[in-house]
Amino acid sequence: MKAVIVYRLVVVAALVAILEVLCATGVIDKITMQAPHLIVRDLYRLLLSGQMNAAIAKTLTNTLIALALALVTGVAAGALIHRWRGLRNTLDPLFATYYAVPVFAFYPFFIVVFGLGDLPQILIAFMLSVVAMIVNTLNGLDRVPAVLVKTARSLRLSPVQTALRLTLPSAAPYILTGVKLAVAYAFIGIIGSEFILSRGGVGYEISFAYTNFDNAIMYPLILLILIASIAINSVLGRWERTLLARRGMR
Amino acid sequence: MTAQVELRNVRKTFPPTRATRSLHALGPLDLELRRGEFFAVVGPSGCGKSTLLEIIAGLTPATEGTVAFEGRRVAGEAPDGIGVVFQEDASLPWLNVTDNVAFGLRSSSLSRDERNKRVRDVLRLVGLGDFASSYPAQLSGGMRQRVCIARTLVMQPRLILLDEPFGALDQQTRLLMGDELLRMWRETNATIFLITHALDEATMLADRIGVMSARPGRLIDVVDTHWQRDRDSRIVENPEFGAITARLWKSLREESLKTIGRAIAPARTP
Repeated sequence: MKAVIVYRLVVVAALVAILEVLCATGVIDKITMQAPHLIVRDLYRLLLSGQMNAAIAKTLTNTLIALALALVTGVAAGALIHRWRGLRNTLDPLFATYYAVPVFAFYPFFIVVFGLGDLPQILIAFMLSVVAMIVNTLNGLDRVPAVLVKTARSLRLSPVQTALRLTLPSAAPYILTGVKLAVAYAFIGIIGSEFILSRGGVGYEISFAYTNFDNAIMYPLILLILIASIAINSVLGRWERTLLARRGMR
Repeated sequence: MTAQVELRNVRKTFPPTRATRSLHALGPLDLELRRGEFFAVVGPSGCGKSTLLEIIAGLTPATEGTVAFEGRRVAGEAPDGIGVVFQEDASLPWLNVTDNVAFGLRSSSLSRDERNKRVRDVLRLVGLGDFASSYPAQLSGGMRQRVCIARTLVMQPRLILLDEPFGALDQQTRLLMGDELLRMWRETNATIFLITHALDEATMLADRIGVMSARPGRLIDVVDTHWQRDRDSRIVENPEFGAITARLWKSLREESLKTIGRAIAPARTP
């Protein structure tokens, strides 16, 4: 386990080193990209100056709102759809093809309807992430052993008690997989729509810096998003590991 | 003694599905369980033993006939006072042993102290006192089954239904679990209805043993063992033990052959 982590770090360090060399030797020119160590330095300065605080706060808040909505709605919808066979049969093919739909295509329409505020962006992120939650909740509920459901009935639990205390906890590892996907989708949704048309946010700032050839802002912000998403994912990954370890699944 | 459970003319037919024809699984069957007795059911595989248990438990409705528990009709809902232990591992992997056992008590009106005391007492009764904070994944199969038994006992049921609870355990563990079951039965004064495929297990544990026919399962024999209430697995040394097991096998042999005959072509007679 320890050795694996070391190898992983070596791979990442090697890739960064290659970039560094390519930048230093001029293979990648300065207008295209800055050397990695400069990106880190600029990010540090950018964060210290506080000029991006509003943008970062906006992006994170909107992402969290969309994510929370997707989690609650996704789990609840998954539980309901799982109970109604007919609904399940109707919707299953739609879920299967859902991610073939370019959700961003709805963004202009949302802006027309809801105006150029946070709401259309949150909606896009929600639409992207909620189906991942529903599909993974259903997947987890399908795998709840029949004997546990029988146990709930013999203990005279109501359907709601059964869902909250038995079937959903039993499906938790699968739901957590959904959460990990939903985090990624929510980020993509928010930053993507900020990128297309927005009045603020990290995505907007990146796009703004891009049109102005301002590499000292664009690359640090990209790095910031990378760090944020990796951090969230590794926290969830750690939680998942303890969950699975407790169940003897890893 | 009055009958605690009364089955009258119970029959179960499963409706046809896309893959199967309609199936007459059980009955017609009459059965009375006396309050406080240990009743075992043996029968060839697929004879509807588990279906019978689920009908008594209120988990499956009977197609015909009536089921009554303590004089009240059981209809499609689990009645209060009946506990069920299933064949499969039904421990909840995300809860530790204490929380597993307390699972059914959560919606009861007991105070927290009372609840904790009951859980502790039951854990001691099933011999899991030292594993209160372990998770099921850290326990052996036999211990996990004891968690499930404890979860049932903590509700203080007046009737305990056990569906081959030791089916997945090795022979020695099964004998010892049998001893523990007898001890719990004596200490709780509950009625026990045990389904098993092991004839010696039925003989060793039960006051009365019902023998079921091949599908559709009917009761073809009820054997009274006349054991003392205070008994344990050493009863296997009793000459009566062999005689009763032999009688069970005599009733069952033909029926088991019928079941196997369904799966395997009959042997050619010379």
